[in-house]
Amino acid sequence: MRRASPSSVEVIEALTLTELSQFCHVKVDWVVALVDYGVLDPLGRDASDWRFSPPNVLRARKARRLTHDLGLNLAGVALVLDLIEERDALSRKLAQIGR
Amino acid sequence: MSADDYYKVLGVSRDASDDAIKRAYRKLARKYHPDVNTGADAAQMFQTVSEAYDVLRDPEKRAAYDQYGADWQNPRPQASWDGGFGFAPDDMGRAGAADFDDIFKAFGSGGFAQRAVQHVRLEVDLEDVFAGARKRVELRLPQLDQQGRVVWRTETLDIDIPKGLSEGQHLRLQADGTELIAEVAVKPHPIFRLDGRDISVDLPVTPWEAALGARVAMPTPSGKVEIRVPPNARSGQKLRLKGKGLPGAVAGDLFATLLIINPPVKSAEAKELYEKMAREFRFDPRRARE
Repeated sequence: MRRASPSSVEVIEALTLTELSQFCHVKVDWVVALVDYGVLDPLGRDASDWRFSPPNVLRARKARRLTHDLGLNLAGVALVLDLIEERDALSRKLAQIGR
Repeated sequence: MSADDYYKVLGVSRDASDDAIKRAYRKLARKYHPDVNTGADAAQMFQTVSEAYDVLRDPEKRAAYDQYGADWQNPRPQASWDGGFGFAPDDMGRAGAADFDDIFKAFGSGGFAQRAVQHVRLEVDLEDVFAGARKRVELRLPQLDQQGRVVWRTETLDIDIPKGLSEGQHLRLQADGTELIAEVAVKPHPIFRLDGRDISVDLPVTPWEAALGARVAMPTPSGKVEIRVPPNARSGQKLRLKGKGLPGAVAGDLFATLLIINPPVKSAEAKELYEKMAREFRFDPRRARE
């Protein structure tokens, strides 16, 4: 057991394409396809300087789990993620009204 | 991990065909997938269902299970669900272990040394991200021993949670040469709700405070502040305290939703007061609907 110095913490503002694919354990092409399907929306003009914000990182990981666990294709993942976000927004609204 | 009857888990009979088992599994996997189902038990159910399917889909494993029941194999299989969910946090802010599936894939493709980025989930309290905090977390990290086998070691880390960190943001940390990326999850709070950088809270007020206007004490994550309720305030009306949400370059707002609470009638005097209001006001909130 060891203590790490607390100063070694860095907030990640965005991940690059390579970092994101390593982080999700997927091929770079798969992340590019997620961008093509509009699942991810990176900042930057072309793939070499894409930057993926934290919400994009979360979406990429969800997309990977959904394809892996449920056998969805990319179009299916894109639709499911949109619908889940819509549903979550509605249930937040509902929770506020219902209180 | 569980002694559940795999056939019962999938809702199929013991002589169910492979196709029937596959259909039952797919349906349940969609229903309980933790990215789809936000219920508290969903991750556990998904894992149980996956475990059941993992056995029943394979003729050999199924035959062994039929013969020996829950102890059909040792060690038992790992469900393929990969981390992020299902790590029950304890009160000390324990981070979930890095996920099995991803880690073993990482070993298979390029080895541990080159791809030593681990993902962990860091559960923090709303107060921690609001004011910043130092959290002690325990991590289980994979390591290769001298025979090249994977062993788990426990690391205790003190992590400084930066002020204003929001749900879904990530931290990069170093632990003994291993690079960790920690996903921040803010635990549900009994009073405050977090939506992005905005914080909402219910603010109960009396009918006279709402009608006449008042200055009332309102809870915020950093203590109570006084807030002005305008005269003729409506139930459900939102008051905004700009910049009092999560701090940051663009600080969030704090929203108070007014809830008008009527005092219960417990005495003749209280009853008399309400009756007097009924006589004096001639007020019909339903009239506008006609």
